[in-house]
Amino acid sequence: MESLEKILTQHPFVEGLPSEHIQLIVGCAKNVVFEPGKYLFKENEEANSFYIIRSGKVALEIYSPEVGSIIIQTLGEGDIIGWSWMIPPYQWRFDARAVELTRVIELDGTCLRNKCEIDPKLGYEIMKRLANVFEQRIHAMRIQLLDLYGKN
Amino acid sequence: MDVMIPANFKVQRFIKETHDTFTLELKSFDGRNGFSFEPGQFNMIYIFGVGEIPISISGDPNKKGVLVHTTRAVGTVTKEMAKLKKDEVVGIRGPFGRPWPVKEAIGNDILLVAGGIGLAPLRPVIYYLLSNREYFGKIILLYGARTPKDILFRKELEKFRSRLDIDIIVTVDRAVKNWTGNVGVVTTLIPRAPFDPINTTAMICGPEIMMRYTIVELLKRGLSKENIFVSMERNMKCGVGFCGHCQYGTEFICKDGPVFNFKEIEHLFAKREI
Ligand SMILES: Cc1cc2nc3c(=O)[nH]c(=O)nc-3n(C[C@H](O)[C@H](O)[C@H](O)COP(=O)(O)OP(=O)(O)OC[C@H]3O[C@@H](n4cnc5c(N)ncnc54)[C@H](O)[C@@H]3O)c2cc1C
Ligand code: FES
Repeated sequence: MESLEKILTQHPFVEGLPSEHIQLIVGCAKNVVFEPGKYLFKENEEANSFYIIRSGKVALEIYSPEVGSIIIQTLGEGDIIGWSWMIPPYQWRFDARAVELTRVIELDGTCLRNKCEIDPKLGYEIMKRLANVFEQRIHAMRIQLLDLYGKN
Repeated sequence: MDVMIPANFKVQRFIKETHDTFTLELKSFDGRNGFSFEPGQFNMIYIFGVGEIPISISGDPNKKGVLVHTTRAVGTVTKEMAKLKKDEVVGIRGPFGRPWPVKEAIGNDILLVAGGIGLAPLRPVIYYLLSNREYFGKIILLYGARTPKDILFRKELEKFRSRLDIDIIVTVDRAVKNWTGNVGVVTTLIPRAPFDPINTTAMICGPEIMMRYTIVELLKRGLSKENIFVSMERNMKCGVGFCGHCQYGTEFICKDGPVFNFKEIEHLFAKREI
């Protein structure tokens, strides 16, 4: 547990949180390894986890019957995956596949949600940090949609 | 020599790079002894009977015997250029413009950020850095392409990467499952790129929107504006500061640029009326 706490404390997502909040988060965390090709989760499955990538690479994909799986984005060391655990109906909207051997810290969504309900200060901090991630992802996605290198 | 009179060059080799980009290797045949240029400079290429356009030099500055240009076929002139065959003749005026500050960057880490065809004007920088490797800290190339099929100079990038003294990180905007590289815009690579922001010179080339957001990310990482350089594009006619076609605020891209220090043009950058 001590090493998990150390790793989490150094991550920008929890940086600056008081140690009692970090303790609460560590209580919902575990280390998990995904072999290349294994799915962290698939679209429509219940979203009950939140991942912090420690090493490796994860492809976020949407399946289309015409072309197969389309990679929307890849994420790597230090990135976080998933906010569907926070937003009803708690269902994944895409697939997440380990492209390489990937080590993550997996946080139990129900556990974290319950702690946020009990301690709204923790809940607000987590929401602020998630909002920051949303903002960056949406911004990157908007530039991607511009198809900058295509025929204009 | 009259800068307005093109010199004749013959196509020595035509290399198809991707579905819409190609490289021309040109050789002078009217007595000119080699072609010297600095990384970042461009030539005005005249396709006889069609038109004349600015294209950056994409070859190795140490190989003076051959003049190399990599072009994306987008319109009237570039599409005609794409049909050129061995031994056909083009007119060349140049080299023109202010180069990348490779000598001024000695002692620093070098971060190159390229998008799409923007890798072509940066390739001479890579050749220069690698042939003077000991004078620089880390060398990092972040390159964004549209899809895996659009990656320019792919074999050469793999060769560079195998040297182990340059970090090359490629990302594409879209891909399907068999692609094991990165997917996402090139700006997403910046937060974790392994350079020291205090001692890094960044050189950026690509569509203006991509350069704008790259600068935002670089400033967030702590790079100073003085250490950020961009290559700007505008339509050109004379290429040497006579006609005003390429005017950009108070600057002429052809003679004051195309490479600018960000600090110099910050007040113009992203202004819509310019
Ligand atoms: C200093 C400088 C260096 C350059 N270096 C290179 C280089 O190394 N390689 C290269 O391929 N190009 C380079 N360019 C851009 C190149 O000059 C233009 O693509 C070219 O002038 C287009 O001419 P055209 O007659 O083929 O297209 P036009 O007939 O003039 O345009 C046809 C269509 O293409 C679009 N178009 C024009 N230019 C571009 C562009 N740059 N990107 C996307 N769409 C465009 C126009 O909006 C129009 O819709 C450089 C430009 C400058 C100013
Ligand atoms: S192209 Fe004539 S002044 Fe720049």
